[in-house]
Amino acid sequence: MKNVIFAGVGGQGVILASKVLMEVAMKKGYNVKESEVHGMAQRGGSVDCHIRFGKEVYSPLIPRGRADYVVSLELLETMRKLDYLNKNSVLIVNREQINPAPVEIGAMKYPDNIEEWLNQNFASTIVVDTAAALKEAGTKKALNIVMLGCLSKYLDFEVKDWEDAIKSQISEKFLEQNLKAFHLGRELIK
Amino acid sequence: MLDPSDPAEAKEFTKLAFEISEQFDRPVIVRITTRIAHSQGLVDIADRKEVPLKDFVRNPRKFVMLPAHARLRHKFIEEQHLKLKDYSSDSGLNRIEWGNKKRGIITNGVAYQYVKETCPDDSVLKIGMVWPLPDRLIKEFASQVDELYVVEELDPFIEDYVKSLGIKATGKEIIPICDELTPEIVDRAMNKKDVDKILPDYNREVPGRPPGLCKGCPHTFVFNVLKKLDYHVNGDIGCYTLGALPPYGTMHSQGCMGASIGMHLGFEKARGDEMARHSVAVIGDSTFIHSGITGIIDLVYNKGTGTVLILDNRVTAMTGHQENPGTGVTLAGEPTFELDLEQLVKACGVKRAVVVDPRDIAELERVIVEEVAAKEPSVVIVKRKCILKK
Repeated sequence: MKNVIFAGVGGQGVILASKVLMEVAMKKGYNVKESEVHGMAQRGGSVDCHIRFGKEVYSPLIPRGRADYVVSLELLETMRKLDYLNKNSVLIVNREQINPAPVEIGAMKYPDNIEEWLNQNFASTIVVDTAAALKEAGTKKALNIVMLGCLSKYLDFEVKDWEDAIKSQISEKFLEQNLKAFHLGRELIK
Repeated sequence: MLDPSDPAEAKEFTKLAFEISEQFDRPVIVRITTRIAHSQGLVDIADRKEVPLKDFVRNPRKFVMLPAHARLRHKFIEEQHLKLKDYSSDSGLNRIEWGNKKRGIITNGVAYQYVKETCPDDSVLKIGMVWPLPDRLIKEFASQVDELYVVEELDPFIEDYVKSLGIKATGKEIIPICDELTPEIVDRAMNKKDVDKILPDYNREVPGRPPGLCKGCPHTFVFNVLKKLDYHVNGDIGCYTLGALPPYGTMHSQGCMGASIGMHLGFEKARGDEMARHSVAVIGDSTFIHSGITGIIDLVYNKGTGTVLILDNRVTAMTGHQENPGTGVTLAGEPTFELDLEQLVKACGVKRAVVVDPRDIAELERVIVEEVAAKEPSVVIVKRKCILKK
């Protein structure tokens, strides 16, 4: 069984990214379960999705310490998911900072050492800079698909399977941008 | 009551609920808990089965609950209850999955999935029908295992029932009574296994990311004004409940849908005119239509003098932008009659009803101050489309 967590901020497209992954896994004949942990996601709160696929899946929640991949679309959100990592996990993090309300109103500080701390303490940390890819794709909204492209380098699915899944979840109008974003995401992982 | 443990069962049980209801002539509830509602999984689809409309046979003894009819109906219900108890043991909705008989675990809903994941060798009595509970099956299961456990979320409902049958079981002694369960909580309780800590503690404080009102949201103008006026605010259920959080901190009571107006009147009755002159009730358009109208009638009828703000953002925003009777469109997207809130509250006896655009902040403040000062019931309809509505 594979366990993947997507984490991010409401509006970043975490749920859509998880839907694409579920679609890929389902089409490949795996049993799939997904669980969303969000509180009023549309209002800018934290969002995460647990996706599990394999021959047999019981719990829709990934137990702590059991994630194979944690894909975080925002630096701070990564720090809420550290409990899910084990020594074999891979952590993919988008180098982007979105200030939460307590920081916006000056009540708290956004920690300035997250990337450094992760690199020091967790060897399989891959911090990606998606800014250039998003510029080339022509839309910042495709961040979720860029990150999916990063993840795809680690999972055992064909590029075509991913493309089909993206087609099934994204409307015709935005498809070309998103397919491009997916491939640009793949290129971010060496 | 049926209690599915995953999305596939949620679908199957819903279908089954109709069949049980027809067979036993009883209402059936499908219980959906947080984790079932917030998860997805694969389901089998089948061809739609058309069921012809049955005759409606007039039967006042069944459908008119006068006391004389109710007494007869109660007998019928108790008879059906006994039949359903047998069904509960025999139908397969509750079933024993034998494993090692040293430990037997009775479990229901999503907790069943956590048990299967963390205790794969133990025997399990899976409860898919949580009422009536299957006495016969519970006794059979309990008699064949050395130690009996009950793993369920929140209150010990099944556990208390099992114990009432005179059976010894371990439950809330080791399973937390508060919060949602997770697989690792069950693992810790049942197997004394803890998650390996592989990272040191992070050396900084991680700020939380609470949800907030959107930039440009019409509610923000209202809460800024109410904060400035330092009014006591009786709130209700919707996006605007976020007015209780920073940076506004401007909601001081809130209960269930429609309660804002009742509490507002209650505060005035208990604390007098001074309270009414420094407070408002706030309620959204769809919540108002759902269950605020009786509150308005109560306010007028019982001689309250308070002010109710209906935050009319032309949509049911928080739950995902559904239409409502105030928007003039049905849930299916068809045009329909559009309820006029101003006319409605006037018909309830409110003489002071004002519509104001919250973007005109000075006017909004002036109207609120004027209406709160007036010693008769008033309604301010604060009308502006949700910033996310297209």
